[in-house]
Amino acid sequence: MEGSIALLGFGEGGWGPSIASGVLVTVSLALATLPVGLAIGFFVALGKQSPERSVKLAANMYTTIFRGLPELLTLFVVYFGAQIGIQKLGQLLGYQGTIEINSFIAGMFALGVVFSSYASEVFLSAFRAIPKGQYEGGYAIGLSSGQTMRKVILPQLIRIALPGLANLWMILLKDTALVSAIGLADILRQTGVAARVTKHAFLFFGVACMIYLVLAILSSFVIDAIERSSAKSGVKR
Amino acid sequence: MTESFINARPATVLRPPAPPKKWTRGRVVGHLLVGLWIALLIGLLVYLYSAWNPELIAKYGPTYLAGLKTTIGLVGSSILLGALISIPVALGRMSKNRIASSIAYAYVYFFRGTPLIAQVFLFYYGLGSFKPQLEAVGLWTFFREAWYCALLAFALNTAAYQAEILRGAVRSVSLGQWEGAASLGISKFVTFWKVILPQALIVALRPYGNEIILMIKGSAIVALITVYDLMGYTRLAYSRTFDFQAYLWAAIIYLILVEIIRHIWDWLERRITRHLIR
Amino acid sequence: MRITKRLVLAISAAALAFSMGAAHAEDALKLTIASEGAYPPFNNLTPDGKLEGFDIDIGNALCVEMKAECTWVSQDWDGMIPALQAGKFDAVIASMSITPERLEKVDFSKKYYNTPPAIAVPKDSDIKDITPESLKGKTLGVQGSTSHSNYAQAKYSGSDIKMYPTSDEYKLDISNGRIDAVMDDVVVLGQWLDSDAGSCCKLLGTITPDPAIHGPGAGVTVKKGNTALADKFTAAIAAIRANGKYKEINDKYFKIDVYGGED
Repeated sequence: MEGSIALLGFGEGGWGPSIASGVLVTVSLALATLPVGLAIGFFVALGKQSPERSVKLAANMYTTIFRGLPELLTLFVVYFGAQIGIQKLGQLLGYQGTIEINSFIAGMFALGVVFSSYASEVFLSAFRAIPKGQYEGGYAIGLSSGQTMRKVILPQLIRIALPGLANLWMILLKDTALVSAIGLADILRQTGVAARVTKHAFLFFGVACMIYLVLAILSSFVIDAIERSSAKSGVKR
Repeated sequence: MTESFINARPATVLRPPAPPKKWTRGRVVGHLLVGLWIALLIGLLVYLYSAWNPELIAKYGPTYLAGLKTTIGLVGSSILLGALISIPVALGRMSKNRIASSIAYAYVYFFRGTPLIAQVFLFYYGLGSFKPQLEAVGLWTFFREAWYCALLAFALNTAAYQAEILRGAVRSVSLGQWEGAASLGISKFVTFWKVILPQALIVALRPYGNEIILMIKGSAIVALITVYDLMGYTRLAYSRTFDFQAYLWAAIIYLILVEIIRHIWDWLERRITRHLIR
Repeated sequence: MRITKRLVLAISAAALAFSMGAAHAEDALKLTIASEGAYPPFNNLTPDGKLEGFDIDIGNALCVEMKAECTWVSQDWDGMIPALQAGKFDAVIASMSITPERLEKVDFSKKYYNTPPAIAVPKDSDIKDITPESLKGKTLGVQGSTSHSNYAQAKYSGSDIKMYPTSDEYKLDISNGRIDAVMDDVVVLGQWLDSDAGSCCKLLGTITPDPAIHGPGAGVTVKKGNTALADKFTAAIAAIRANGKYKEINDKYFKIDVYGGED
């Protein structure tokens, strides 16, 4: 027991600092992915409920592809494929140096794409839950379609979509563990290195699971707080 | 004048139907986006055609097939095993007994709150360090094999999700069904089996389909513990040939697999809910 | 509102990481070198995440010799050559064998060491020798995507070959008794067997390297076509061999000279 504490500690030979840095990587990756995923997901949802058939088709193809591919595969395709693609593009434009996509960006982009394809479904069902009268009311008082979207629809949309999005956030938090496979030093990678070096595999992988659980619990507190405050603003309306 | 004003429907007055076949901005964007997808698809096909290498296909094709078999076998057995485990867990979740319900809650929370990949590592490498204890209880032959460790981790993981699906579905059947059966003097067990479950399964069908697809995708990590599935052989092929088409083929196979399951499920759903269509 | 600001900050920080490395000027040679960090004693990671080991010491000595400023990065073995090809770093010093298969995709300097492969088994093992016949039906652990895994698949097809992401993992599994034997570099196995962690096992014997699979030894890996850099490394290796620096590093880690015969 004392040995385990020393191994997890921050002192000499302790893996505390490296695990802590892993937590930082995981959390910042998840936080950086969130706006990317939300933004893409929102526009894909807009496309899906567009009256225009071609827009709908393009949006549906997007979700079919990225919900069908394993997250790990998407990650590798982005990590290696985008690198090769951009390199080729750079050569085509006459740029000779190296353009680097680091694993953080690759992870953020790949996870963001996966997140957005699920988020678009959540947004879509939220869109459907908003009665048409809300748009018509907006137009009736002279708002443009963009203004109606921003001032009338979006606030309601967010409130309706929140539980679904909260769920996706939890999934995102867990999916970040996959970036350890492209060499990003997240929680799982750091604990994995510690497990292999020290041979205390159960201890360190157990600790990794516990950290993810704590992150999930902390997130649920934050989500509850956001839900409460958005519910309040809903009542005031 | 007044009469016609009353008769006019405001909605049609406010929003006259857009003239068809007009190139609005949305339409242009839509066509551009579809065009982009088609271009990407054609680009992919052209690339795969130009990179077509019979030697490579002959060498790695069979390994992909073997990997696909492993993937399907592992996912299939873990879904079935998980379904079995999920029943007591779901019963625990719905139980009025405090202890049973909190154990079930902790189980579900743990397996849904931590990444599958961490669970797999915990079961394979973590439990591996308890060999003497496992040998003493005769479980080592089971935990020795990476495949069984993966199966166990996957089954326990999916059981947590399936338990929640089952619970939600049973909850969705109205209480009146229980009461109705009780008033006919049917025992609780028979009620559950013959009245509640068939109705619940219809509700659960779609989430179950999603869970299978999630497991297929989730199983791609299993090569990290030496079980070479489709993804594992893909990585192996790539690390030996450094040819990017290795990943593209895998992507195509996974997409086809997932789409097949989705279509089977749609068909199943249409068939099972036929009697509900009025 | 504050949350959104932070998010913006996080994104811009991430965008900064999207760096564009310019082509390196000739006079002040700046190199980024990758190693794996899971192959002791050649390369491994300290608890604070730094690379150390024979490969790293040799690499630093070569950099001094070449008057280059070198920075080290760690990279997973599987992604090593793809990442090198993609230009994520300039060179790899990670005990990578100069195999014919790899030479199609990348270039190498001349070898900086060459040690034979070997097989280790648990101390109470009933496996008699290293022949494929003796290992028939046994589980043999190797690190995936290595010359050893290629050799095992080619010659030990009667055995059940398990491929691990790193060498640390097969060591964990053989000491747990999950596998019957492991194949790797004799120095790597020897170092591990001498340590407490390797107390489970013993060396069964060394294997005569197959030139078609193992190649002439481990070299510094560079991008295909970058022969100028490869030649620089080759010259620097000869220089540290001559000035005694190589022997100094060699003796710090090993009792034998790992360079092998002159070729």
